[in-house]
Amino acid sequence: MTVRAARPAALARRFAPEIALIVILAILPAILPHIGGTYDIANRILDWGLFGLGFDLLFGFTGLLSFGQAAFYGAGGFVAAYFLIAPFTNNAIVALIAGTVAAAIFGVIIGYLSLRRAGIYFAMLTLAFGEMFFFLDISPLARWTGGENGVAGVPEPSLGFGLFTIDITDPGGLYWLLVVVFVVGFWVARRIVASPFGTVLRAIRENTARTAAVGHDVPKYKLTIFVIAAAYAGLAGGLLGLLQGYMPPDAFYLDTSGQLVVQTIIGGAGTLIGPLVGAAVWLYLYTLLQNIAGIGALWKMILGIIFVLLVTIFRRGLCGGAVVLWRRLRARPAPAPAVASASVKPTRAAPEPRRSTQRPPPTGPVVLATRNLTKRYGGLTAVDDVSFELREGEIRAVIGPNGAGKSTFFNMLANVIPPTSGTIEFNGDNITGLGATLVCQRGISKSFQINQIFPSLTVRDNLRIAVLARSYGKFRPSMLRAVDRDATVNAGIDAAAASVQLAERLDTPAAELAYGEKRRLEIGLALATQPQILLLDEPTAGMSPAERVDTVQLLRRIASGVTIVIVEHDMDVVFGLADRITVLFNGHKIAEDTPDAIQANPDVRAAYLGSQAAHESA
Amino acid sequence: MISWPLFFSQVFNGLTLGALLVLVAMGLTIVFGTLGVVNFAHGALYGLGAYAGYVAYGYTNSFVVAMAAGALCLLIVGIIIERGLIRLYYQRPAEDQILVTFGVAIILVEGMRAAFGGLARNIPAPSWAAGIVNLHVTLYPTYRIDVLAIVSASLVLLYFVLYRTRLGLIVRAGIEDQLMVNILGINVTRTFLTVFALGAMAAGFAGVINAPIVTVTPDMGADILVQSFVVVVIGGVGSFWGAVVGGLIAGEILALTAMIQPAYSQVMLFAAMALVLILRPQGLFGVEGRQ
Repeated sequence: MTVRAARPAALARRFAPEIALIVILAILPAILPHIGGTYDIANRILDWGLFGLGFDLLFGFTGLLSFGQAAFYGAGGFVAAYFLIAPFTNNAIVALIAGTVAAAIFGVIIGYLSLRRAGIYFAMLTLAFGEMFFFLDISPLARWTGGENGVAGVPEPSLGFGLFTIDITDPGGLYWLLVVVFVVGFWVARRIVASPFGTVLRAIRENTARTAAVGHDVPKYKLTIFVIAAAYAGLAGGLLGLLQGYMPPDAFYLDTSGQLVVQTIIGGAGTLIGPLVGAAVWLYLYTLLQNIAGIGALWKMILGIIFVLLVTIFRRGLCGGAVVLWRRLRARPAPAPAVASASVKPTRAAPEPRRSTQRPPPTGPVVLATRNLTKRYGGLTAVDDVSFELREGEIRAVIGPNGAGKSTFFNMLANVIPPTSGTIEFNGDNITGLGATLVCQRGISKSFQINQIFPSLTVRDNLRIAVLARSYGKFRPSMLRAVDRDATVNAGIDAAAASVQLAERLDTPAAELAYGEKRRLEIGLALATQPQILLLDEPTAGMSPAERVDTVQLLRRIASGVTIVIVEHDMDVVFGLADRITVLFNGHKIAEDTPDAIQANPDVRAAYLGSQAAHESA
Repeated sequence: MISWPLFFSQVFNGLTLGALLVLVAMGLTIVFGTLGVVNFAHGALYGLGAYAGYVAYGYTNSFVVAMAAGALCLLIVGIIIERGLIRLYYQRPAEDQILVTFGVAIILVEGMRAAFGGLARNIPAPSWAAGIVNLHVTLYPTYRIDVLAIVSASLVLLYFVLYRTRLGLIVRAGIEDQLMVNILGINVTRTFLTVFALGAMAAGFAGVINAPIVTVTPDMGADILVQSFVVVVIGGVGSFWGAVVGGLIAGEILALTAMIQPAYSQVMLFAAMALVLILRPQGLFGVEGRQ
């Protein structure tokens, strides 16, 4: 499947969406007069589509809903216009680049501030900062931006390519300029989506916390895509000035950001082409409804109603709906055998021999140690002065009755929560307070008690996210290479899938897996980061007895390569797996020994059964 | 040179504007804290309240009736929106909730534009509040003093509802831990309805009482929405005192900067928000770690 030679067929397949776009856009001018369109409308649609490409990367793919994109659209537009008016240059290309760069720089500043809060706050903050740009534009910067009048007299674009110059003097010429810019912008966006960087973006949208937990530097990824979206907006803004020969202050309006959001939802977020289609619908409806007497003034209200209905019952939008329909039609013959083979899966024959009751005690070097680890919540001490050492290759179980502090202790090991006092050392380095992302990068990975998977992505993509964190590090903006052509990553995915017995389910969306399979994927995600130490938080939680037996075997196979700490309530699992067991009770460590010794330990019995019962059974 | 009377008059302007922002932001923050929904239509509801007051005033020439009409009308609109739409969104992602309330805002604003046109309307200040009061440090319009009093009274009432009634207890519990309130078997759907309707009512009421100071236009809610976002970010979400302090700070920043350098008054507000985000991302009265 490696496509290196420029065979025409392979090239055509690789660029199929771009070729389709170019064909449609090339035919369009011939059709335009018949459907009541003009070059001017087509140009605006393309400009909005370009603006929307960046927004779709930000919202559709990364899940960051920004209401402040107008800030960058306006900033790019005014900088580009000013460059041509001043004039610093008469080459439109230079002006457009200047506008794009300016928008990207503002993107860094606003992104840094807005991304300090997630979710709902992010939408509020981007909206607020977007308004700030509007107010900056209309008054303090009015000397350069013309305030409420905007910048008039933007010259017709003259594109200088060094050796030659192209002068564009009519709307038709502008149309071709926009087609070229849009198709290139579309291609770049599509490459980003298909790149390792794009995979991490989708991971963030699906499950931000887990993306960070497998070792991706989420804030940096978010900021990078925010800046990219700002750059797209800046470029589109610059082109707007060229289109109109005038840069209006409306570019900064809240309505501009809102219109972008609405168009993207109508067209379909997460499809890249959606914003363009949405813009076409918006501008077409606008033109159409304006001409109908009686409802002309209501056109925007009608759009609002359509928008609310779409969000409520057809959230995917036009293109998203089309994609789903297309997939369903294509996938129809396939599913029957796949489901059948999967449903046979759980009961596996050939149980491996049980671990001999006594493995030689591990003698490798200490890899993980805690010193006087304590966690207090107000007056409650959840974990009290626990010191423990873990040797290489060991399987250690941490047990204790409910409320003993197991989960708190465990979360401190993974750096999910910081300790009140005490330290955690990994390979001799103090890792206290590094945070889950960096700790995972160093080689400690955690699987969660409650599944933290990426539900709408396939098993392959789920594992890919974790493998990428290992092979690409915590942040690497690799945007232009195709992620599925990275042989090392693919090998990592296959290996991880094999070790958790999901090799046959690689192309199934994680949400459609059976519960036991999701549980294995959960472990697989932790395993795919190739950790030195694997922390398993109740891996068999919620499983049937048969599945538990399976899981124990699976864990035993995994254990040949890694050191494991496991928190578990099921004593069969604990005693079937562990080399040594640490017992916590009321936040204290009350025992640490081999399974046999723990079974005989009177303190442990007392802790589990209450002292009364311990006396009776003795 | 800035004279003392001008300075004090701006301080009072800041107080009046701040008080209104407190009232609007309070609705926003309580709805968000309890329902988990950021209402992007909150500004439109504020505008709708002003129009409801305008219509009622046109029929009765009574400002008191206008205030009552604005509040009552928005209470009903709030009930309709919650029952008809928001209710469907409690289980959906936060982004969808934002999108749908944003859509509602478009419909409301455009509906107002279609019904009343784009021209600015005005509700005159009531006759009992006409004239000017001599505050010794400055001369100040009576109506604005009354606004301050009316808003303060509403806030005291709201405080009483939130901190002294069963509903308030549930609302505050919901802000702390929504799941737990559900588990305790409290009928949250009815609480949600009440809270959303109260939030809409607060916005509508604020719209009427601000109408004599500003003009009534379909877009009048946009600025107030943005400013109340800033208030919520500065004060911290779900916090009564956060909204109060945030609102007053915002009002004073707007009014005092306008006196010194009018071009920067709005910009300064956002600068203050940026400062809070850098130094204390959860807001002045916000609790760390709550999303």
